[in-house]
Amino acid sequence: MSTTPNSAGGYQLPREHYLNATYGIRSWLLTTDHKRIALLYLISVTFFFFIGGTFASMIRIHLLTPNGYLVTPETYNKLFTMHGVAMIFFFLIPSIPAVLGNFLIPLMIGAKDLAFPKINLLSWYIYLVGGCFVLYSFATGGLDTGWTFYTPLSSVYSNSAVTPAVLGIFINGFSSILTGLNFIVTIHTMRAPGMTWFRLPLFVWAHYATSIIFILGTPVIAITLLLAGLERMLHLGFFNPVLGGDPILFQHLFWFYSHPAVYIMILPAMGVISEIIPTFARKPIFGYSFIAGSSIAIAVIGFFVWAHHMFLTGESAYAALTFSLLSYLVAIPSAVKTFNWTSTLYKGSISWETPMLYGLGFIGLFLIGGLTGLFLACLGLDIHLHDTYFVIAHFHYIMVGGAVMGYVGGLHFWWPKITGRLYPEGLAKTAAVTLFIGFNLTFFPQFILGYLGMPRRYHSYPPEFQVFNVMSTAGASILALGYLLPMIYLTWSMRYGKIAGPNPWPATGLEWKTDSPPLTENFDVTPEVNWEPYDFDNRHDLGLDVKGAPSLAPAHGDD
Amino acid sequence: MHRTGELYGQFENLDQQRESASLGMWVFLVTEVLFFGGMFMTYTLNRSQYPEVFGEASRSINLGLGALNTVVLITSSLTMAMSVWAAQVGKKQLVTIFLILTLILGTVFLGVKGIEYHDKFVEHHVPGLNFSFEPGASVATNAHAQLFFSLYFAMTGLHALHMIIGAGLLIWLIKESFRGRFNQEYSTPVDLVGLYWHFVDIVWIFLFPLLYLIDRH
Amino acid sequence: MQSQLPLYPEQASNFAPSVDALMVYITAICLFFAVAVTIAVVYFFFKYKRKTPGEIGVPIHGDMRLETVWLVVPLLLALTMFAGGAVIYVDYRRPPLDTLDIYVIGKQWMWKLQQPTGLREINELHVPVGRNVKLIMASEDVIHDFSIPDFRVKMDVVPGHYNTMWFRPTKTGRYHFFCSQYCGTNHALMGGWVTVMEPSDYSAWLSGSSAADANPVVAGGKLFVEKACSTCHLPDGKGRAPSLNGVYQGHVQLADGSTITADDAYLRESILAPNAKIVAGFQPLMPTFQGQLTEEDILALTAYIKSLQSQPVPATGAGVVQAGKK
Repeated sequence: MSTTPNSAGGYQLPREHYLNATYGIRSWLLTTDHKRIALLYLISVTFFFFIGGTFASMIRIHLLTPNGYLVTPETYNKLFTMHGVAMIFFFLIPSIPAVLGNFLIPLMIGAKDLAFPKINLLSWYIYLVGGCFVLYSFATGGLDTGWTFYTPLSSVYSNSAVTPAVLGIFINGFSSILTGLNFIVTIHTMRAPGMTWFRLPLFVWAHYATSIIFILGTPVIAITLLLAGLERMLHLGFFNPVLGGDPILFQHLFWFYSHPAVYIMILPAMGVISEIIPTFARKPIFGYSFIAGSSIAIAVIGFFVWAHHMFLTGESAYAALTFSLLSYLVAIPSAVKTFNWTSTLYKGSISWETPMLYGLGFIGLFLIGGLTGLFLACLGLDIHLHDTYFVIAHFHYIMVGGAVMGYVGGLHFWWPKITGRLYPEGLAKTAAVTLFIGFNLTFFPQFILGYLGMPRRYHSYPPEFQVFNVMSTAGASILALGYLLPMIYLTWSMRYGKIAGPNPWPATGLEWKTDSPPLTENFDVTPEVNWEPYDFDNRHDLGLDVKGAPSLAPAHGDD
Repeated sequence: MHRTGELYGQFENLDQQRESASLGMWVFLVTEVLFFGGMFMTYTLNRSQYPEVFGEASRSINLGLGALNTVVLITSSLTMAMSVWAAQVGKKQLVTIFLILTLILGTVFLGVKGIEYHDKFVEHHVPGLNFSFEPGASVATNAHAQLFFSLYFAMTGLHALHMIIGAGLLIWLIKESFRGRFNQEYSTPVDLVGLYWHFVDIVWIFLFPLLYLIDRH
Repeated sequence: MQSQLPLYPEQASNFAPSVDALMVYITAICLFFAVAVTIAVVYFFFKYKRKTPGEIGVPIHGDMRLETVWLVVPLLLALTMFAGGAVIYVDYRRPPLDTLDIYVIGKQWMWKLQQPTGLREINELHVPVGRNVKLIMASEDVIHDFSIPDFRVKMDVVPGHYNTMWFRPTKTGRYHFFCSQYCGTNHALMGGWVTVMEPSDYSAWLSGSSAADANPVVAGGKLFVEKACSTCHLPDGKGRAPSLNGVYQGHVQLADGSTITADDAYLRESILAPNAKIVAGFQPLMPTFQGQLTEEDILALTAYIKSLQSQPVPATGAGVVQAGKK
């Protein structure tokens, strides 16, 4: 049975749920339960986040002085490269889809699991194998090519452990592809009766769009890195001009994936925000179909803008004009989303709980990050801003200020569902604000540094750039605190947190109709959906002041 | 471990299971198109940049063997399609026979490929292994020829790898078919492996003209 | 440097004022939207703060007119941003014809620059103020990028390619240049200084310095004979190859019927991949010199061929190589 409030008004954990259904390390390492696999991913992505974060800290400390003495130039070049590789491929790309997506998609659509649970587990193992190759590369000489692996530096000139690293990323790509495949099939074929496409939560739409990018883009980076690796190992000439190859071809192939990859990193976070805002404003999202449609639009248009990373390679001016125009087009759906989220707040009943703070923080930071993209898409400005700290600030605003905030906010929002417990709200709010302040202090000065002309990937810089670098490092220390706090109290809450009950917020999604934590098979009985998403006004089961029905006790279990 | 043909736990009913399996294979094949596509793009661009050397190098690979392989593979797609048909009309023995034929043809393909690779090895046309195309010619010519052969081996090698995986799948299918598992109600694995096999065939149908036929005069 | 806490670099080239103006324009638009959304969010956050535990919000599902407005208006604004940038970029990618050409070679981890007279500099570039300067750049190893923030210009330097960039310095002084494409260990140390001088000072500097280095035109002329180019490319156009007199910046009709302009990239391509474009009326006989010439050699040959502008054009001779600047 499900949780019922006890006499004191609090809750007890359900007697049986996915965490205690079976015991022992084998039951975890050989699980096919999407919820357990999500937690396996949670642990591994957090591990890579630590690695990437350590490298970032070292970078910022080194850059306190113009001729940094913390590390040698060779080591510095390895630090920023490995920071990028660890964060992008092993933290950001998997994070929301593999942790929250895996956990929630079946619950949100009323299914017992994903379409291919064993392939889901395989995805995680492939990720681990890829990760091992990359860690091996880090440990045996490191990697100093930049995460972009431009040739012929990476394929001919670099003396670092390039081959295991590209092999590792190649392997990891299959983890992404299989996850995307799993999501697409699941969303198409396993929706519960009554769960039509336009009743799907926007989180699901976001992951559907992301999965399109997973399956279309990832194979291209796979083959590109394979060719670059072969070139390096066998002295072939695909991208080496001395042997008749073309370094620009590498860039085209690389960016064909790596640009859509940035949409892989942000679309799921946007999906999280689209769940949080209606929940904590207690009203439907403004413009549901526009938000759903804009996710698909971003995924599609995102495949046509890659060469905006190459405006200054000598590519034809006609190509540059085309890609600049398309890059402006891809910005429009994101703008639409931002206006829609903001409008959702209008006449809402807004609570200031932690997930909402993350949601608003996301809007603010994504706003700045996205708007600064307009500067870079502008051909005339990009001549000046290309490869400067302006670019670094731009993408960190989106990837950290946007995607990571979405991830951490989502973890908080669904924490009660995942663990059955609540985190300490006061501490959580403090951490959210700390994160927001620290982030801005770290990265805003970098916009200015970029316009002043400070190039990226510099281990030392002219003294006139020092003031802003110091500001940035100071901010980074606050940012680090903002990340450490949740890691501590979320872990603490797993044992000592207040029991949450099925729907503490309450929220309207199907996942909230299950116990917290849910049963292994999610639903006792396959649900039948006959309500619209975020329809607080017509949900009498949530215990809110809805007209036309007496106030009920908060929902318990899956009625 | 579930027996094939029974309902897996995550699905509501067999229809949903079948639909998911089929959609899953189609989505997977889309990823394969993109995977091969990157190399096809690289080859095409390089071919248009170095037409003479690529033409010369292309003429040095055995057209006869390539054509033979094309016929072999297309025939194997036919036998594969026949085994799918046989399952749909319930002729269980025919299913096994056609699967075996497909496997034989696939193995013939791989054998011929092996001969071709051996020839290239003997002629020192394998990049990375004492490569030498035209000893007297310029550095550029040899470099561009090496580019051709790098792509030749990468593309046909990746294709052959997919064939080997296909052969493995066929062996598994033959085993299951031998036990009479496939009939009108249930032939999903045969259908899906069939899709995969046809895809691998189509890749070859693009590879063959691109590598063997252009500039062949 | 100007103030203690500068927000933008000096404006020292023809591009700088327009780039900065565009920056201000885009910043203004973005600031407007950023402030508007922030104010709205913060205002709503406070104004609609939940009052009672069970309170819900007013269900508003959407508004087509609003959606249309905030789709179309940003789109139109984005188009203006695109246009502003496109104008500057197209100008930047089409160097004027009357430029002072400087040859630049980037290699790990230094820059070699050569003035038209042959005078070489390392990590230093002297140019006269008010003159259009074109940099013709090649790399000896990996991808680099030559960037001058105070001029608002940069361009990648790609091995196997020629890339050109141009600017007109508008203010005398010394300005930093940087390598702006990660190129290995000492990427951050691969910078130098651009010195912009009054024209008279520039001439004086040019002639006064020890010009012991060979004029690239002279070096190119020697190579032209050494590598036997002169045996086919006869000046009267009657040899097996087109005459190169006056070829630079002229129109060349190709065997496939198309016409192209003989710019620096075409000259380089003709040396390294001669069969890529065959001149009408000639056979594809020229061998490739890929692998036989260093980047400096190719630059010298290019400089020599450009110097043939001033030679008389043959009266007859197939190849239809027309003299003239347009």
